[in-house]
Amino acid sequence: MATETLILPDRAVAIAPLRQKLGRDDWIMRGAVVALGLWLIVTVLLPLWALLSKSFQATDGSFVGLANFQAYFANPALADSIWHSVWVSLLSTVICVLLAFVYAYGLTRTCMPGRWLFRIIAQIPILAPSLLPAISLVYLFGNQGLVKWMLFGASIYGPIGIVMGEVFWTFPHALIIITTALAISDARLYEAAEALRASPRRTFWTVTIPGARYGLISAVFVVFTLVITDFGVPKVIGGKFNVLATDIYKQVVGQQNFRMGAVVGLILLLPAALAFVVDQLMQRRQMALLSARAVPYDPRPDATIDRALLAICSLIAFAIMVILGVSFFASIATFWPYDLTPSFKNFDFDMMDGGGWRSYFNSLVMAGLTALFGTAVIFAGAYLVEKTPRFRAIRGFVQFLALLALAVPGLVLGLGYIFFFNNPANPLNFIYGTMAILVICTISHFYSVSHLTAVTALKQIDREFETVSASLRVPFWRTFMRVTLPVCLPAVLDIAMYLFVNAMTTVSAVVFIYAPHTTLAAIAVLNMDDAGDVAPAAAMAMVVFATAAVTRAIYMLLTQGYLARAQMWRKR
Amino acid sequence: MNLCTTSDLRCAVVSIAAAMFCLSTAARAADLTVYTALEADQIKPYKAAFEKANPGINILWVRDSTGIITAKLLAEKANPKADVVMGLAATSLMLLQKEGMLMPYAPAGLDKVDAKMRDPAASPQWVGMDVWASAFCVNTVESSKKNLPEPASWADLTKPVYQGQIAMPNPASSGTGFLMVSAWLQMFGWDGGWKYMDELHKNIAAYTHSGSKPCRQAAAGEYTIGLSFEYRANKTKKGGAPISIVLPKEGLGWDMEAIGIMKTAKESEAAKKLADWAATPEANKLYAENFAIVALPGIASSMEFIQGDIDKMLIKNDFAWAAENRDKILAEWSKRYDGKSEPKN
Repeated sequence: MATETLILPDRAVAIAPLRQKLGRDDWIMRGAVVALGLWLIVTVLLPLWALLSKSFQATDGSFVGLANFQAYFANPALADSIWHSVWVSLLSTVICVLLAFVYAYGLTRTCMPGRWLFRIIAQIPILAPSLLPAISLVYLFGNQGLVKWMLFGASIYGPIGIVMGEVFWTFPHALIIITTALAISDARLYEAAEALRASPRRTFWTVTIPGARYGLISAVFVVFTLVITDFGVPKVIGGKFNVLATDIYKQVVGQQNFRMGAVVGLILLLPAALAFVVDQLMQRRQMALLSARAVPYDPRPDATIDRALLAICSLIAFAIMVILGVSFFASIATFWPYDLTPSFKNFDFDMMDGGGWRSYFNSLVMAGLTALFGTAVIFAGAYLVEKTPRFRAIRGFVQFLALLALAVPGLVLGLGYIFFFNNPANPLNFIYGTMAILVICTISHFYSVSHLTAVTALKQIDREFETVSASLRVPFWRTFMRVTLPVCLPAVLDIAMYLFVNAMTTVSAVVFIYAPHTTLAAIAVLNMDDAGDVAPAAAMAMVVFATAAVTRAIYMLLTQGYLARAQMWRKR
Repeated sequence: MNLCTTSDLRCAVVSIAAAMFCLSTAARAADLTVYTALEADQIKPYKAAFEKANPGINILWVRDSTGIITAKLLAEKANPKADVVMGLAATSLMLLQKEGMLMPYAPAGLDKVDAKMRDPAASPQWVGMDVWASAFCVNTVESSKKNLPEPASWADLTKPVYQGQIAMPNPASSGTGFLMVSAWLQMFGWDGGWKYMDELHKNIAAYTHSGSKPCRQAAAGEYTIGLSFEYRANKTKKGGAPISIVLPKEGLGWDMEAIGIMKTAKESEAAKKLADWAATPEANKLYAENFAIVALPGIASSMEFIQGDIDKMLIKNDFAWAAENRDKILAEWSKRYDGKSEPKN
């Protein structure tokens, strides 16, 4: 961009002649976008390609076309999984997004008491591996369940358990996106609505919902793909109810049938890709909400609404606390359910599967490195994709790659990493079996949600900031450091925490690529549950949770003062 | 990297340097990567005893269920990470043998190993360690609550009274599950075996991933009967679980835990030392603490809660047949039982 912009009244006219001449900033930004694209090609696209090419190969590597797909659909049990996956994911998504929206509304748009506490409780599910809710649900509703009667004879092993577990596990993921969307809104719109005497209901449907639309759609997209690609919950509580994600695991792990795993992976990519396309189409309509002249919205007390939301939020928060509490209780019981005296017997991880306490320390290192490098790459990447002028085709492609990771189930990504990085012909082969590959894989696995969080935050900054800076001949990185980064700081720190916590809790992507000296805590939970050591699995899940919770608490204490200062400008 | 302040950067550099240092020191020691399906509570004493006898060699275990370990080994075929495979089902090792992934090696003292428990070649590609066999764990508290008779045979398990009471390992992932299915198909014949499983399937509440889990679930009362194996049954009962252990009277399915060296082993000298050690009386004494039958004849075992002579109850097992037909059996099994019982919505 150039200074002429300010002089000429019509910007369209000004930009046209500039097409031929790119400034230094443009070249740097374009170079960085290309570098990011290459990074994503190596860490997402090529492993995926390595895996997908397997789906068209026979055991000996020869090309067999669609033969593997024919074999898949010839097996009725496998074909059923598609329908199972779709309806369970749809149901979980609807329930989760509705609950998360109401909860987010309570947090951002009402004056209900204890919002800070609700905010903290809502983060609990994200601090634990997805196996934890499933384990707790078994303790609550299983054959020896504490409140088994609540299911009226229905079995928790199957769709009921999966939906309950997935809603719990995906709730904070949806909440983060919706809260970000609801948190920043232009009070002028509400003032205008009031001045025009619009009813609260009308204001809700014509101002609030459209304002949060992008967040809601993103949340639906994210939750649906998270559920359909998660295998932690159905693994523990799915019983004989097969879904696509557990099929991949069974095909690959049980039958050593990598081609069939790749086939299921491809099928799993379809609904995720569809969700992705829909999201992209809707996103085109999104405009910057927070213009340079926007005024932040401050909720006013309203006894009825505040009380209603307090009741609903309390119920949700209570359910979350119960699920956490049950795992805690089970982890300190000596021999559930026959001897409930407290003991630390279940914390003697060194005598159980999963690599013992060493796994836990490995997880700490892995999560720290992932948070550090992941946040830098992802936020800078989102900035480049959003703010690089023109360069549409490449930016679109990089954006596609950044979101593609979300559609790739962790298991598929992990298997792809084996095929791609364990190939001796690959010059990157040396990272196989190291901590580095776990970090890279985890960054790729959680790239999309972090990217969406960053994009959602960035989209709310009016492009005029850049235009004005450019016209003042301020280099883009200075605008980035002085305006973009401080404005987006909450999102940046959230991304770092999100990556840290997910790296602590993830199982699916890393389960195929950990090495003997890089076992991880969450995988230990899976392995212990698999071996039937359910109480120690709950204990390890609680240790992971406690770590994530303490980290989060320290982070909140350290950043609260700073954030309050940095975000002061939003207040009137 | 715009996000890093100076101190962040320094911290990153320090941690990378530390990580690289760790990696380089780890690479210098004689680290032997051993893939295993041994139980987590077994591998500690094995490792300690081996490392004591062979100072300077450090075992790095990669432990998982039989299915996962086999899957991992096959997935990594192009660039194997394992030096040795130890304590994996012989049927799985035969699969690796078929793929040409194992190195023929005659460990010291091979002549003393029971001839039935090794690859018959002069330089065997795998050598057995011990035998593990099926057993039921029956929760006594729950079965008296529900007035269930104690099953004594495989046939008993198909009685309608046990509907929804039984957990069994999924043969696709669990070696313990596979040896049961393989045993039924050999005892009752191909058609008879599947007919039996059709009947049994009606009573199965859950197919688990691991062979230990059904016994532990029975111990926790989640299901009344867990089809598992004798080591886990003995150990679980020793841990205080209210279970009784049943050896089905028609005969026990079984497989061998065996050891083999990868053709691509980077630490091949250390690998051979482990193979040598695995055939010593010392090692076999350790196996005998966990299993009734070990590779060296004449080493007495002590499993305090197992009643009956396991040796005599083992079925006649054709490993070559089982390894040869593993894919076919598992495909048929999953077609018949994997999720099919779920009511259609």
